[in-house]
Amino acid sequence: MEILRTTGIEKQFRGVKALKGVDFSVDTGEVHALMGENGAGKSTLIKIITGVYEPTAGRVQLNGTECRFRSPLDAERAGISTVYQEVNLLPDLSVAENICIGREPRNRLGLIDRKAMRERARKALARLDIDIDVSESLSSYSIAVQQLVAIARALDVDCKLLILDEPTSSLDENEVNELFTVMRKLRDEGMAIIFITHFLDQVYAVSDRITILRDGQKVGTYKTAELSRVEMVAKMLGKSLAENGPQVVAKHDAAENGEIVLDVTDLGRRGMVHPVSFQVRKGEQVGFAGLLGAGRSEVAQLLFGVESRDSGRLSMHGKPLSSMFWSPRKAVKAKIALIAEDRKVTGIIPDLTVRENIMLALQASKGIWNTLSPKEQQDLTDKYIQLLGIKTPDGEQQVKNLSGGNQQKVLIARWLATQPDLMILDEPTRGIDVGAKAEIEALTKDLCEKGMAVIFISSELEEVVRDCGRVVVLRDRRKIGELSGEQVSLPNIMKMIAE
Amino acid sequence: MGRFHHLKWPLVALGLLLLYNLIFKPSFFVVEMTADGYLYGSLIDILNHSSKVVILATGMTLVIATGGVDISVGSVMAIAGAAAASVIVMPRDVFAFAGGGANAMAFALAVLLALALATCCGVWNGFLTAGCGIQPMVATLVLMVAGRGIAQLITDGTIITFDDPYLNFIGNGHFLTLPFTTWIAATLFITVVLLTRKTALGLFVESVGNNEKASRYAGIEARGVKWLVYAVSGFCAGVAGLMVSSNIKCADANHAGLYLELDAILATVIGGTSMAGGRFYLSGSLVGAVLIQTVATMMYANDVNPAIVAVPKAVIVIVVCLLQSETFRSKLSLAFSRKAKGGVA
Amino acid sequence: MKKPHIPVRFVPIGATIFVFLLAYAIGIANFRNFGSLRVFLNLLHDNAYLGVAAIGAMVVILSGGIDLSVGSVIAFTGMLIAKMIDCGVNACWAILLAIVLGALFGMLQGVLISTFELPPFLVTLGGMFFARGCSYIVNEEAMGILNNPVFNFIENKLEIPIGSRGLTLEFIDILYLVLLIIAIVFTQRTHAGRCIYAVGENEQAATLMGIPVRRTKIMVYTIAGFCSAVAGIVFTIYLKSGNPLSCVGLEMDAIAATVIGGTLLTGGVGYMIGSFFGVLVLGLIQVLIMFQGNINSWWTRIIVGALVLVFIFMQNLITKISKKSRA
Repeated sequence: MEILRTTGIEKQFRGVKALKGVDFSVDTGEVHALMGENGAGKSTLIKIITGVYEPTAGRVQLNGTECRFRSPLDAERAGISTVYQEVNLLPDLSVAENICIGREPRNRLGLIDRKAMRERARKALARLDIDIDVSESLSSYSIAVQQLVAIARALDVDCKLLILDEPTSSLDENEVNELFTVMRKLRDEGMAIIFITHFLDQVYAVSDRITILRDGQKVGTYKTAELSRVEMVAKMLGKSLAENGPQVVAKHDAAENGEIVLDVTDLGRRGMVHPVSFQVRKGEQVGFAGLLGAGRSEVAQLLFGVESRDSGRLSMHGKPLSSMFWSPRKAVKAKIALIAEDRKVTGIIPDLTVRENIMLALQASKGIWNTLSPKEQQDLTDKYIQLLGIKTPDGEQQVKNLSGGNQQKVLIARWLATQPDLMILDEPTRGIDVGAKAEIEALTKDLCEKGMAVIFISSELEEVVRDCGRVVVLRDRRKIGELSGEQVSLPNIMKMIAE
Repeated sequence: MGRFHHLKWPLVALGLLLLYNLIFKPSFFVVEMTADGYLYGSLIDILNHSSKVVILATGMTLVIATGGVDISVGSVMAIAGAAAASVIVMPRDVFAFAGGGANAMAFALAVLLALALATCCGVWNGFLTAGCGIQPMVATLVLMVAGRGIAQLITDGTIITFDDPYLNFIGNGHFLTLPFTTWIAATLFITVVLLTRKTALGLFVESVGNNEKASRYAGIEARGVKWLVYAVSGFCAGVAGLMVSSNIKCADANHAGLYLELDAILATVIGGTSMAGGRFYLSGSLVGAVLIQTVATMMYANDVNPAIVAVPKAVIVIVVCLLQSETFRSKLSLAFSRKAKGGVA
Repeated sequence: MKKPHIPVRFVPIGATIFVFLLAYAIGIANFRNFGSLRVFLNLLHDNAYLGVAAIGAMVVILSGGIDLSVGSVIAFTGMLIAKMIDCGVNACWAILLAIVLGALFGMLQGVLISTFELPPFLVTLGGMFFARGCSYIVNEEAMGILNNPVFNFIENKLEIPIGSRGLTLEFIDILYLVLLIIAIVFTQRTHAGRCIYAVGENEQAATLMGIPVRRTKIMVYTIAGFCSAVAGIVFTIYLKSGNPLSCVGLEMDAIAATVIGGTLLTGGVGYMIGSFFGVLVLGLIQVLIMFQGNINSWWTRIIVGALVLVFIFMQNLITKISKKSRA
């Protein structure tokens, strides 16, 4: 029986259409997986269903009646509950309180009846076959248990449609299995569950139907049993298996035998990435391919020293890089540059000007006293505005006022100014317009031709295939293989991921 | 005006105050020369008394720019004053090693000790905040509470009075007709401005305050920057402490610098620096400090109890906060647009 | 499924009580009659006003905010009552008006903080300036309250025949204890009280869970204003006068008492009983030093500062440990 239906949902943000008319439905008594790469529109769709956003067009129907939720609380009252990746409960309060807060049972004096509250919490957890001490604080339990408490809370508020948003990202295998047992139990009792994840194995383990989104549109809804893995990967990436992908342009051959710039052995960290090894040569563009959550950004973070590594030996130009207090500053000194994912958080300094943002890394490497003169700064700014085609009235604009693509270019300019030997680009073309994308691609190619070593991380496999002479493929936080030369092709990569 | 846009409203406010005086109490602007050759008058009073807040605000602005706050400066002032006073009242034969310059040596050591202790306090604050990751308000609360106790430890519970020509000069002397305090404040202010604008320090401070994570990714030693600004704030408190104790010729551990940290924060906020951190405006803090003192001096001149200056200060804080608050501005423009729509019909 | 752990949430309050008992033990070891009930009651009596103020301060801090106006509201309340009595107004009306004004003042601060999202530090800083200035406007100098029938009535002590010499409680002692008990019940057993913890811990999560964040914030500042006014009344009764200079810096003592009482300054964690012990520890330190005679009084400040430091480090450590166990 259908419980939720969205018809023609559109969502327009400033300049970007995140959803272009999505028809989606969920039945009672099923686990319905919602899949799609970043930018496909999954989270936007969910935010509309749960009342965080209002759709620009289209409507949402719950049990046949049309609804317009104005807040997640609204949606919760109507029976739609969400369990978020970061749990989003109150860790210092007790388990019982987290489940009951807002609807605590009262005694005759009007005060909270703690005993009744604990009883109710225990009952809710018992529905999930869990028995824990509910008077302990939530934070004393693992994330896996906290998630189950969040689900128990949803049950306590009479949830009919449960949305699980990337619940397994922080869980180990046993915990995942326990979660799945709970999910199956609830499904058998008639609960409708939307399961958002990027882990392929898990989708096949627990879901009944799969809906795939791509580029703001629904690619299709399929019965899990009837969709093969390779087909699913292909549909997510929008490619057909028969396609050979873009013409593999002749790559910079000298790179094949070039000097090894970066040598990585067993780089890893528990909870982030299983040990990986690879090399990057001078003038080479190495691509990191994999679906969301494969661990690519994590490798970059470990390389650059943003997070400390548990294991691994790095060397640049043959010189080993010590792992003691490895930090971005040391990485920059070793001539490594990282343009990280999520430029708003890790990249731009929003209130500072274009000029200040561009010169920042270079100045940081020179220290406090050795300043770049105003002329040097201006020359630097002008040079890169022109070279990269940064659209800004002048260098004194605040970076927050630039479009996404131009912000990205400012970041690229920042790192180019440090003249690195190795440049790591993590999703450099995400969230920017087509024109800027092409420009950045051409730029990267140009840099390689001039001898820079580049690690190119991207979910856009066409880009990776087009430009990279070698591709390292990752899945579920480990390296599963490497392709080079003529082997680099879309079908090959997809097959490797799907297996 | 682009680079100094933040000065617009504070200067307008200052201008209005001066205008008020021009109309209702022109004697406010009278400046006379004494027989000893220095100027005095209400305007000179403003210059003189605002010096300590200018100095404190200079350090405070940098701290606030990194997203922190330093509420210990008042107590650090007391420590500095106590240290200087203790040294200066020591019998001169302790300094006999300096020969004929014993007096000058005493003075030099007094000042050095005071500034060194104050800077150490700043380093301590930096250790707690940047080093241990403790929230700045809490971290500086420790020294704020303990600081006066430490000052009293130094003075052995007494109020040390002194009468040393060198030390007295700092707070009471005049140089080229203007109060010496003004010169100290000006020198310190200009030094810090040069330090932040002529080196990369200002850029790093603004970067760290605006987006610390991205600053780290860019290779900036964020921890070091934060540590440094607290040390500077401590040093400034030391200078102000010397000035204040010199002015009253004694070290009063209980009252030196009482509540001045709040004035420094107020001056900084008036000057356009946001408590969230990021861009900072030293010139704004300067104007803010002068503005606060002008209000206070006006009250003196009009025979109002100076303690009541607290009320206009309160109004200023709230008004500045409201103007800086995006929520308020958007609600205001919403209200105005409704009125406009209503008017058209 | 449960990981082995110690009930970490009890550690701070445990530490507070430990410090309290330790200080008391030092006193008993060194001074005759320190363990007597009289000493304890004096301790309570001398610090009742701080205790009441600390209740309000703690409520605000639990919600993740801060209130710097406490000391100034106390001063204003004292001046208002003294002035009104001097003008012939019945003391009961004066007291009532003071309480209402205090609560309204707190509510105003709460509205500014909550509705316009202004920083609590600056808003209550403004509040502090405002209240202090108003104290001087009421009267520029201290005013005594002499021969007032209501105040004289309050002087009557409550005699309870327990123990060898009987228990003598004064009005303000009882007032503080009653308020404390109400505060404990409120924060532990009422929905509104639990909302305070939720807001202090994670505003975003609280909103998603349906907790009325805005209303809660306004409520806590109103409570703080109320408590400051009551503390002012207690203080005025204690000193039998109003003084615009009184309680300068008291907000910092209230905050220190709260921290030593085991409350996290970021909010969401803390037990109201902790404020009771925190205030008593502060008072004890002063008493011990006074009794000792040859230790100078300024050591109070240094020791309090050091205690605040210890508790801050402890809280930091606990937060780090609980984050690790979650990961």
